[in-house]
Amino acid sequence: MNDTLEVTDLRVTFRGGLVAADGVSLRVAPEETLAVVGESGSGKTTVARCVVGLQRPDSGTLTFDGQPLGPVGRRPPELQRAIQMVFQDPRSSLNPRMPVADLIGEAWRTHPAAAPPGDRTEALHRLLADVGLDADVTGRRAGDLSGGQCQRVSIARALAVGPRLLVCDEAVSALDVSVQAQILRLLVDLRRTHRLALLFITHDLGVVHQIADRVAVMRGGAVVEEGPAGEVLGAPRHEYTQALLDAALDLGVDE
Amino acid sequence: MGGRVTAQRPDGTGAVNPPPGTPLLQVEDLVIDLPDPQGDVVRVVDGVSFDVPAGTTVGLIGESGSGKTMTALAVIGLLPDRAATGGRLLWRGADLLRPETDWRRVRGHQISMIFQDPLAALNPSLTIGRQVGEILRRAGRPRAEVRRAVIDLLDRAGVPDPERRMGDYPYEFSGGLRQRAMIALALAGNPALLLADEPTTALDVTVQARILRLLRSIQQEGLSMLLVSHDLRVIAHVADQVVVMYAGRVAERGPAAEVLRRPAHPYTRALVASVPAVRTRTALADPLPGTPATPAHRPSGCAFHPRCPLARDRCRAEVPPAREVAPGRWSACHFAEEVLTP
Ligand SMILES: Nc1ncnc2c1ncn2[C@@H]1O[C@H](COP(=O)(O)OP(=O)(O)OP(=O)(O)O)[C@@H](O)[C@H]1O
Ligand SMILES: Nc1ncnc2c1ncn2[C@@H]1O[C@H](COP(=O)(O)OP(=O)(O)O)[C@@H](O)[C@H]1O
Ligand code: SF4
Ligand SMILES: [Mg+2]
Ligand SMILES: [Mg+2]
Repeated sequence: MNDTLEVTDLRVTFRGGLVAADGVSLRVAPEETLAVVGESGSGKTTVARCVVGLQRPDSGTLTFDGQPLGPVGRRPPELQRAIQMVFQDPRSSLNPRMPVADLIGEAWRTHPAAAPPGDRTEALHRLLADVGLDADVTGRRAGDLSGGQCQRVSIARALAVGPRLLVCDEAVSALDVSVQAQILRLLVDLRRTHRLALLFITHDLGVVHQIADRVAVMRGGAVVEEGPAGEVLGAPRHEYTQALLDAALDLGVDE
Repeated sequence: MGGRVTAQRPDGTGAVNPPPGTPLLQVEDLVIDLPDPQGDVVRVVDGVSFDVPAGTTVGLIGESGSGKTMTALAVIGLLPDRAATGGRLLWRGADLLRPETDWRRVRGHQISMIFQDPLAALNPSLTIGRQVGEILRRAGRPRAEVRRAVIDLLDRAGVPDPERRMGDYPYEFSGGLRQRAMIALALAGNPALLLADEPTTALDVTVQARILRLLRSIQQEGLSMLLVSHDLRVIAHVADQVVVMYAGRVAERGPAAEVLRRPAHPYTRALVASVPAVRTRTALADPLPGTPATPAHRPSGCAFHPRCPLARDRCRAEVPPAREVAPGRWSACHFAEEVLTP
């Protein structure tokens, strides 16, 4: 199986004529991490929403493993499961009144083929351990968890259905600084243990350096530069990439 | 510290005869108690001390809920009514926390504040020019003079074409321009201290860089600043001194460059390690375990002990007092020396 995501010439126009994606083409190979960076409004989320099937493009094609990706409701179940998303604000993407066990159980109900055959409690505890949560959170409601714990639950819910590609839209930027480092480390570890590809949207160029194989730079709905992370950030060819780098601050304490 | 402290002069300009070298602002053992939704009183700020000497920028850093905003609001007299305070806030040597303080003469004239969300702070139904000029109009300055001053203020804050844009309403400004308008408004009364609470957090990096450049040029005009941020890079870029807060207390403070290069508290060390370099590839840091302590659930002894790699029995039992561990460097860690010289 070749779990490659191919996005070709994607175009999305919103009411009022705003072109949010203007011919975007991207490719994410199996177990690869592609970072997407760019200023606010450049179309990053729009592309991500098309990939997970929450937004219908005007034109262009999306395929995974060679199969066309339609709206999420029309995707065959195994394609739905293959691509999962983690959102920026875990508090608004999880029902705050639902206990953690039900949030995960819901994913298994939606995708019975991914549900564990035997004892679900044990599978649930294993899954929670994978994302660094104690078994005692199972009964707690999402609304009573910290931001970092919520984000771990969102990640567990995505993992529950056995994805091949995880789409992370600013998945750490709403979190406290010390918790951001935890979630980043978790994603990097899971990528290895679960053999995941990541489509990783971020505004932090330092993080791109740390975790991405390749990076796509978006501006005004278009990818202006794409390539290996070290090359693009080390020797940008597009002036907009250079402008992003110039604006980025360093701590200035190295060496 | 100690000694007799007088009230503000009626015009809010501090003590009658502050000794030479008195810092502009001295926060001394500040305590803020607030009732939580259940009615239990929570000490959200617990014994915070630091100085803002004239002409310097102090960065206040910490995770959400660590008490940064409450500290800044106390300095400008805008705490919620239910708040009870302790300690002293000496403005040019006189205590702002005394009930006699006439905040109308302090706010805007002596101390101004800008916020993360300028749209919430600006009045949507008044033009930008009207709001920026308000403090001057109230001071009875003639119309033409107010107009000239507003244009000059907007220009200094980097609002392009100020003569035309002063007639715009806040919704007609982009996020970056709104923050500029907010800065112009804050500077209108010619204050000596600017409190900036996460002024660039909601902005794009390129816009953030421009606003930070503006703040630096304001610094160069001699204004003092208390810059509140959770972003270590912003603090490193702008602040002379840094105060690191954790769960309502000061973890450490000192000259920004030194604190960031050679932290004297394990919490600061972990924060610094978690910031990746932008221009070179750095390894992912080993994250701290657990979640930030909140003032409502402050662990015993050192509030940081459940997450601290150096914690031992003493840390669970004794609150570490802030002490000077190197010239100008204060740390609230029992074992600061071990952190400084690993
Ligand atoms: N549902 C919608 N209706 C109309 N316009 C939209 C909609 N969603 C997004 N847009 C617009 O499309 C453009 C691209 O938005 P998008 O959310 O993809 O940007 P982004 O790169 O994710 O930005 P950010 O960094 O702020 O998250 C923006 O101008 C946005 O205002
Ligand atoms: N209006 C309020 N009433 C009661 N508690 C509050 C209020 N605002 C903030 N707090 C509490 O005070 C503490 C410090 O908050 P704050 O100063 O806003 O933190 P920061 O700015 O560092 O994120 C937090 O525990 C917060 O929950
Ligand atoms: S006092 Fe103890 S727990 Fe607190 S920071 Fe120092 S070593 Fe860590
Ligand atoms: Mg987005
Ligand atoms: Mg705050």
